[in-house]
Amino acid sequence: MCTYQTETLDLRASGKTPEGWTSMRTATVYFDHPVHFAAGHALMVDVRNPEAGAAARVALEMDAASARDLAQAILRVLSQVPEDLLSEAS
Amino acid sequence: MTHNLRADTIAITGNDGDEIEAYLAVPTDVERCGSIVVIHHMPGYDEATKEITRKFAAHGYAALMPNLYHREAPGAAPDDAAAVARANGGVPDDRLVGDVAGAVAHLKSLPSSNGKVASIGYCSGGRQSLLVGCRLPLDAVIDCYGAFAVVDSPAESPVRARAVVGEVGNLRGPVLGLFGAEDQYPSPEQTRVLADALSAAGKEFTFRTFEGAGHAFFNVDRPSYRPESATEGWREVFAFLDRTVA
Repeated sequence: MCTYQTETLDLRASGKTPEGWTSMRTATVYFDHPVHFAAGHALMVDVRNPEAGAAARVALEMDAASARDLAQAILRVLSQVPEDLLSEAS
Repeated sequence: MTHNLRADTIAITGNDGDEIEAYLAVPTDVERCGSIVVIHHMPGYDEATKEITRKFAAHGYAALMPNLYHREAPGAAPDDAAAVARANGGVPDDRLVGDVAGAVAHLKSLPSSNGKVASIGYCSGGRQSLLVGCRLPLDAVIDCYGAFAVVDSPAESPVRARAVVGEVGNLRGPVLGLFGAEDQYPSPEQTRVLADALSAAGKEFTFRTFEGAGHAFFNVDRPSYRPESATEGWREVFAFLDRTVA
């Protein structure tokens, strides 16, 4: 099925695209048909800079368990970093 | 038999007079033929759906696939364009209908046209094929496992698809529906609801639900591919086109 299940958010980031590093502004998170990952459905993340064109995109497709592990690893790493470092790049 | 064919990327006039990209495949060894609009799935105007478009030409039909994401990302890779379209909330139904109307007009303008045009769509395009059949004078409609034909998509998602079932009384041609018994969107129960609505509206339709198949069983390059169901599905498709638009 096409789940249509989608969330979008703004973010501050940089990503490496085929054109090199560029600023990223938005992310789309969804669970739907992957383009490459060998499964009927996958958790997908598109990190994008809409102002820089459609190719300014870093894409990930992964199974649900990998997505949960990744999300938890991100939160775990962030929880271990001193507070003053977390606000450094803001 | 299979026909000689020619396939090209062209420009057509879509919704609101916009020029959009489209992929046209035509048999080159017939004087007259029926036509079909191919509506791509949510992953976009991709290589696999272009191959499907050429398959129709090889079987003697002029086939045209409009790039429904052309406006979002002209010239972009299909997966990048699909990502932009999703982030923007998907393709609005009215714009889709306008783009398919442009594709129908282009097919009817071809010297080889016999004046008859069908539509086919896969996945999200299955629902869209049914939708355009309700709003445009199409001679036949094929829905391949289109979700959200009888229920709306989740309200909390920014990408929306509204049920089409309330419009089926406007269909002008017969419907072929091809579904997987293991699919949940559309589930066999949902396809029964659609069948009941078509019956109640007095519409001619043929539904096949393939055992052992789930969603997207036609996709030869995906794990969902089910060769027996796809082969039988293609036989149904060409038999249906032969009696409706050939």
